[in-house]
Amino acid sequence: MFDLSPSDIEAIALSLKVGLWSVICSLPIAFALAYVLARTNFLLKPIITGLILLPLVLPPVVVGYMLLLSFGRTGFIGQLLEQWFGITVIFKWTGAAIASAVMGLPLMVIGIRISIESVDRRLEMAARTLGAGRWRTFFTVTLPLSFPGVLAGTILSFARSVGEFGATITFVSNIPGETRTLPLAIHTLLQMPNGDADALRLSLVSVVIALVGIVGSEILNRRLPKTANPDHA
Amino acid sequence: MLEIDASALRGEITITAAFTADNGVTALFGPSGAGKTTILNMIAGVVRPQSGKIVLDGRVLFDSAARINVAMEQRHIGYVFQDRRLFPHLSVQSNLIYGYNLLAPDQRAQKPEAVIALLDLAHLLARKPATLSGGEQQRVAIGRALLTSPRVLLMDEPLASLDAARKAEILPYLERLRDTIRLPILYVSHDEREVQRLAARVIAVADGVARA
Repeated sequence: MFDLSPSDIEAIALSLKVGLWSVICSLPIAFALAYVLARTNFLLKPIITGLILLPLVLPPVVVGYMLLLSFGRTGFIGQLLEQWFGITVIFKWTGAAIASAVMGLPLMVIGIRISIESVDRRLEMAARTLGAGRWRTFFTVTLPLSFPGVLAGTILSFARSVGEFGATITFVSNIPGETRTLPLAIHTLLQMPNGDADALRLSLVSVVIALVGIVGSEILNRRLPKTANPDHA
Repeated sequence: MLEIDASALRGEITITAAFTADNGVTALFGPSGAGKTTILNMIAGVVRPQSGKIVLDGRVLFDSAARINVAMEQRHIGYVFQDRRLFPHLSVQSNLIYGYNLLAPDQRAQKPEAVIALLDLAHLLARKPATLSGGEQQRVAIGRALLTSPRVLLMDEPLASLDAARKAEILPYLERLRDTIRLPILYVSHDEREVQRLAARVIAVADGVARA
């Protein structure tokens, strides 16, 4: 059942690479956004929150189309990238990583935001009175206490990235070895006569990757800190 | 010596503190909600007074007229909270030396070995705070504050969340602390017996005013 063909392995490896890079690039952005959402209050917060979560509810094809508009040769970001760095991301695996990052960002922000909100701010205050400045307090108290949740959100977002289909195929097309990730390979197989068995095999691989992600994230979320003062409610 | 003459707003009530505290235990005594914790928070820099002046050993920590407001991490105060606030992800040992490690070596007036012996913590060092009893946690919290070599120790109802047996267990440590460490200790409590047993001097706090 699981004797994978070279093109299967190519698609799986590409998916993992795209997922990994999308997570690496979006993590700092997601953390900064989550921190701001968890710790500050400002007038436009509901709107900003809505914009961040938008890819979660928009049709993926719309996200892909918007990426195409902004990263294309005539798009604002696309022009900048080409003129300054000579980079194009259209029809490239890097474009697939960008699409995955945008689609995975909401999940990551939600997970990290909850974990930051679960950190007891009185502990941060205690660190300050003990002589730690804001940054040291952040790195020695806030970050370690929110770490399991950050990791959980990251894994979940990674699993989401590996499964990204609609935005990817719209934005960077379906090129074997370059942008044909696991879901796109399954889609391609389903278009072919007698492709069902191969599609099912890759679908099972998809299920395994997704399951590992969700279970891993669930296990980590249970490890979020509980208050150290059981007898003082 | 700690000198405070300052007022802060808490909700719609003005909390005023005007007193000095020298070495030994000075109790701030009064009913819950009288503003005792707000006074400690002003001294620690957690709450910013509306007006007034706070001076610790000749160093101005806050002066509204001169626009001075030293950040809380630079005040050299030791704050023991009612709810202890030990870092749950760190061992007792790491909790104890958290502030100690942030001091320059020549500022480390209190040594870990001495503080661990004083508060009888040696057998707890490897454990995590969550596995300690309330009384043990409070001793660790006191040790942690003490190891920042503070110029004043602020203690906010350190026994209030403990049952009678735990209180009886920890009171001797507080007496030992008072008799060994030459520091002004501001001790907030609403328990008259506790105050009588520990404090050399009692300042009554009522309706947001502490004056002596």
